[in-house]
Amino acid sequence: MNYVIGAASLIATLLIYIVCRKINQRYPSPFTIPVLVGTVIIVIGLLVFDIPYETYNIGAKWINELLGPAVVALAYPLYKQWDMLTKNIIPILTSVVVAAIVGVGSGVLLAKWFGFGHDIIYSISPKSVTTPVAMDIAHSIGGVPSLAAVFVMLAGIGGAVMSSYVYKFTKIDGFLGKGLGMGCASHAIGIAMAMENSEEEGAAATIGMGMSSIVVSIITQPLIWLLV
Amino acid sequence: MQFIRIAVHIGILYMFYAIGTWIQHTFGLFIPGSVLGMILFLILLLTGVFDPRWVEAGAGVLIKHLPLLFLPITVGVINYLDLFKGYGIWIIIIALVSTALVMFSGGFVSQLLYRKEKRGEAS
Repeated sequence: MNYVIGAASLIATLLIYIVCRKINQRYPSPFTIPVLVGTVIIVIGLLVFDIPYETYNIGAKWINELLGPAVVALAYPLYKQWDMLTKNIIPILTSVVVAAIVGVGSGVLLAKWFGFGHDIIYSISPKSVTTPVAMDIAHSIGGVPSLAAVFVMLAGIGGAVMSSYVYKFTKIDGFLGKGLGMGCASHAIGIAMAMENSEEEGAAATIGMGMSSIVVSIITQPLIWLLV
Repeated sequence: MQFIRIAVHIGILYMFYAIGTWIQHTFGLFIPGSVLGMILFLILLLTGVFDPRWVEAGAGVLIKHLPLLFLPITVGVINYLDLFKGYGIWIIIIALVSTALVMFSGGFVSQLLYRKEKRGEAS
């Protein structure tokens, strides 16, 4: 029985993704990106048919299994853009550190000012970095890892949807700025979005995600101690 | 033939991921295995030990379809829908505002320094 459910959720996820890509190509907009539309369709499907997430994940987790090798694959565009990246090492390092402080600081302070409890404040603090790192950080500072993963997802999808508006409004139009902003704010989902624009922007986003996961894991604990 | 090539390439990339995960667990590091695998792979590419053509097709497919690979995780939000009812909606808004601030600050600072350096080179 589990094999049937597994195969069904795997195939359904693939088909929904293919349909979402078609929708996004036909109606290009930040609100039709596959990761947003796909998530909404699957969540509604599971709610309507009363299927628990754990059951769905029996098959779908095999798709997730490819995320590891996909992150490894990002070394290839980094390799191709290596000259561009080393030439801009100072802007890259500076902006990653600033973005990391802004990300942890604003999340923690806003959550505190709005009266949320410590478990939520600790869980939202590492939201800008990739899921496994964020869960680790949340765990080590006393947050809830699975809740941290939800905030990571919000930062990813939300960032991908908001990026074109943020960049238009703030007049950030260079590939380096756009890519780094995406990688620092929305981790691998931001990389996926940046890759669609250009390989340079994708490489900048990849460096942004990689460096910021290191910087955020170092600064989160002291910043929380300072701000909470 | 193309399908087999892609499968082999992904297999090679998976091997790097496995090695990265092994390094993480052995040394108890906080950096995830996938990122360690990426760093290792990047070093081998830059030193010319590894020919990029050995993984090109597989890497291209994985990067092109990255959004698909997130779907099973992002659907996990279904277990937390209750949390965002009522006053909880504010925590979503906070996460989004903070994300926009990160995007702006990262993009703004790098663009500012990038243009400054370029102007320095030109003069």
